[in-house]
Amino acid sequence: MKALTRKMLRDLLHMRGQALAICLVMASGVATFVMSLSTLDSLQSTLDAYYERYRFAEVFSHLKRAPQPLTARIREIPGVAQVQTRIVEAVTLDMPGLAEPAVGQLISLADRAADGLNRLYLRSGRLVEPGSEREVIVSEAFADAHRLVPGDTVRAVMNGRFERLRVVGVALSPEFIYQIRPGDILPDDLRFGVFWMHTDDLAAAFDMEGAFNDVALTLMPGADEEAVIDRLDRLTERYGGLGAYGRDDQVSHKYVSNEIKELRGMVAVVPVIFLGVAGFLLNVVLSRLISTQREQIAALKAMGYSRWEIGLHYLQMVLMMVVFSVALGTAVGAWMGSGLTRMYTLFFHFPVFEYELDVSVVLLAFAVSAIAGCVGSVHAARRAVRLPPAEAMRPQPPASFRPTVVERIGLQRLLSPAARMILRQLERQPARAMLSCLGIALAVAILVVGNFMEDAIDYGMGFEFQLVQRGDVTVTFVEPTSPTALAEIRSRPGVQHVEPFRAVSARLRAEHRVRRNAVMGLTPGGELFRLMDIDEKPVPLPGDGLVLSRKLAQLLAVDVGDEITVEVLQETRPVRRVAVVGSVNDFTGTNAYMQFAALNRLMRQEDVMSGAFLSIDREREDALYTWLKNAPGIASVTVKNAALDSFRQTIAETLLRMKTFYVAFAVVIAFGVVYNTARISLSERSRDLATLRVVGFSRGEISLIQLGELAVITVISVPLGLVLGYGLAALTSRAFDTEMFRIPLVVYRSTYGFAAVVITIAAIFSGLVVRRMLDRLDLVAVLKTRE
Amino acid sequence: MFEARGITKVYHMGEVDVHALNNVDLDLYEGELAVLLGPSGSGKSTLLNILGGLDVPTAGRVRYLDHDLSAYDDRALTLYRREHVGFVFQFYNLIPSLTALENVALVTDIAEDPMPPEQALELVELGERMNHFPSQLSGGEQQRIAIARAIAKRPDVLLCDEPTGALDVQTGIVVLEAIERVNRELGTTTAVITHNAVIAEMADRVIQLSGGLIARIRHNERKMPASELAW
Repeated sequence: MKALTRKMLRDLLHMRGQALAICLVMASGVATFVMSLSTLDSLQSTLDAYYERYRFAEVFSHLKRAPQPLTARIREIPGVAQVQTRIVEAVTLDMPGLAEPAVGQLISLADRAADGLNRLYLRSGRLVEPGSEREVIVSEAFADAHRLVPGDTVRAVMNGRFERLRVVGVALSPEFIYQIRPGDILPDDLRFGVFWMHTDDLAAAFDMEGAFNDVALTLMPGADEEAVIDRLDRLTERYGGLGAYGRDDQVSHKYVSNEIKELRGMVAVVPVIFLGVAGFLLNVVLSRLISTQREQIAALKAMGYSRWEIGLHYLQMVLMMVVFSVALGTAVGAWMGSGLTRMYTLFFHFPVFEYELDVSVVLLAFAVSAIAGCVGSVHAARRAVRLPPAEAMRPQPPASFRPTVVERIGLQRLLSPAARMILRQLERQPARAMLSCLGIALAVAILVVGNFMEDAIDYGMGFEFQLVQRGDVTVTFVEPTSPTALAEIRSRPGVQHVEPFRAVSARLRAEHRVRRNAVMGLTPGGELFRLMDIDEKPVPLPGDGLVLSRKLAQLLAVDVGDEITVEVLQETRPVRRVAVVGSVNDFTGTNAYMQFAALNRLMRQEDVMSGAFLSIDREREDALYTWLKNAPGIASVTVKNAALDSFRQTIAETLLRMKTFYVAFAVVIAFGVVYNTARISLSERSRDLATLRVVGFSRGEISLIQLGELAVITVISVPLGLVLGYGLAALTSRAFDTEMFRIPLVVYRSTYGFAAVVITIAAIFSGLVVRRMLDRLDLVAVLKTRE
Repeated sequence: MFEARGITKVYHMGEVDVHALNNVDLDLYEGELAVLLGPSGSGKSTLLNILGGLDVPTAGRVRYLDHDLSAYDDRALTLYRREHVGFVFQFYNLIPSLTALENVALVTDIAEDPMPPEQALELVELGERMNHFPSQLSGGEQQRIAIARAIAKRPDVLLCDEPTGALDVQTGIVVLEAIERVNRELGTTTAVITHNAVIAEMADRVIQLSGGLIARIRHNERKMPASELAW
């Protein structure tokens, strides 16, 4: 080994504490980078392969009922590659151990299901056989939630009749990677399941022989999706078509691709923070190292080492740290990535979803870290390169100090000599002090953002499920129903209050902008579903007009006062111009609301309702659920608390894990910055401190000077970090502003407190480490060395 | 061997210009041991640095054999130092994280035809301490390591800047003996800077500097062996 390489390794070993602190920060960056990028890759490639192999359709449409021959006409639409027409029906299920009814979605399966679109991946059992009766294949998520295996039976109300469905297989479908009931906000595998039944069997049960009510199709390469959708809509219009939509609006795909988008955002943002901090620390540490090695550098130059060799010598040191960090970060990132992948399997159902770490990810992590490391150190290394050897032989001139601002404005009498030393040091290198503050502030900010997600979800859920949706149960009817049904529900024991609602599928059109969207009719002044703004103010629902989600108004580019065209896609299919009379700043989905009566007037109907919100007496809920399970006209029953609990359980674990990571990373940054700042200033000041000790200062007094600087930095950083954290939370909230969810910008006080406390503890701990070093300061040795 | 003509060096220190060297002419001859004598601030270190390619003159010309040092850029000067010059400094400038042997190896790693580092250490009679770190060695021993490091590349010229400046008399003499031996046995042209007039007695030629000018050059009729010096 060359002597210079040996020097590099020994120098590195000598400053191992600082090097390790930097490596940990860098490794944290690498870990988040590797975790998010590799998980993203795994998710994306699994998704692509699944869609490809199982022929996930590209355009979907639901309609009322169309005769089979229409299939051929759909096939003739230019750009259409393959068409699948089928029957999709909803049923209520009576599951053992579940008081409230569950909802099943029945999908017909043709004889040659293995050739069609949206193919099933059979996990166990077999496909349904032609001529079979009430044989079903059940979706894996529902099967798992209820421990169903082939041979079990499920009790269902099908088209008003009780049936026993026999499970013959358990399967997965690319249509239901994320299994959620249409219209719901939260997934609930216990209360929503998908079943596949033989076409003939299903058609017989629902009187749909020779007909279909659902279309899925794929497109030819280069086909114009919008044109196909347009043609398809025209074909299905007279058969009660609810409007076709592409993959982007397919519920399951929407959720998966949203997650992919979030991961992509994470790849781009989080590692940058860590690598930025690591780069800054490298700059500080290397600058100090180089200034203490001035004379060594001069000697090397005198011996004939070139500028390049000397610059490389220091960059090699950085590169060693990068290699170590990437190795450590990759290991941690792979571990976290496989954990994240496991977590995804709770939400996303794939036949096989394995975590894969591609070499290219590691190489990219190395490249990014090496760049960050070099950017951070190049400034310092340049000083070593540029150092004129003859000048470097002479000792460095004493650092120039001057009275600080505080002293210049005449407040020096208030400051002790120790305080003056602290302030002058900070003021002499303001850039370094500022960057140290920024580093710690970033750690605080990371903690704030880490907990903000939890706060926001907690607040958002509370808002949605306590302030807006105040009913306990939502019931929907198979067909729009007259108020007599309402009276019947109201008369059931346990029902305290009932409010009807009307929901229709529609196309909302504002100039060339069109959106398929439900319009919801609500009772004005109703108690069980209240329109509410983000600031918790109720939003009125006046007259005949529409109140739109702020997001929907944005997408349609309309304001309050504008008119839009509402093309209803069901029943009488009226087309009307309706004024936008308000907007509501809500958190989920894109919603359009009208008064119950106004919507019925628009439909040219009287007092027709699609469902009802119920508030119930929890004591008597079981009897009510039993009745609902058996009531033929009921299409679905959603129990708010049940869905909420199941979601909370899943999300709680996820959030806890994320929080642990955030805390660990933030502590790493805080410790890295505080420790390095302390080490550097100790190295710069050890002579002064030793001198002070010699003239009679106590250990406590010199510690005060040394640690005072850290304390000042920490005290400035924490509030700065809280503000920065709020800013990052605002950015996150904006980044998550999608059609599906908006994250409210709500940061609880406890989150600020937690961040401040964690960072203060980390700083105190770093301070204690420095204090120990001060206690060991060898007075004589320090004074004898030439600075 | 060296031919310096009209060397002027001006340092800009804040708002004042300091003339470290003022139109100096100097020659060094092959194999000789020259001592540059002068009080601090007389410009002797500057002159040595210019001869050694560590610094460039503000005006004037320096030739080493057929090299025109005053026309060299940093790259060429680095190469010149690497191939031809050995330096010894007042404060040794050893790398504290490397052992004696490794400090010498620093030079032999990049030189063209070096002697084995062990041999260089034998020459300064420190063969048995080669695995010690600088902090484990006395000042005199450290300076002899520095000499071993300077000569291991078999330099054409050995430049010593106050080699005994930080040492007591006895250790100083041991160090001077080592320099003397290198000059005698290897025939290396040697220039020693000192403010100590006694050391001048061991030189072939004594060049006295004062206020950035060469005040006097004298030949010693009889070179006194380093062992006989005393101050």
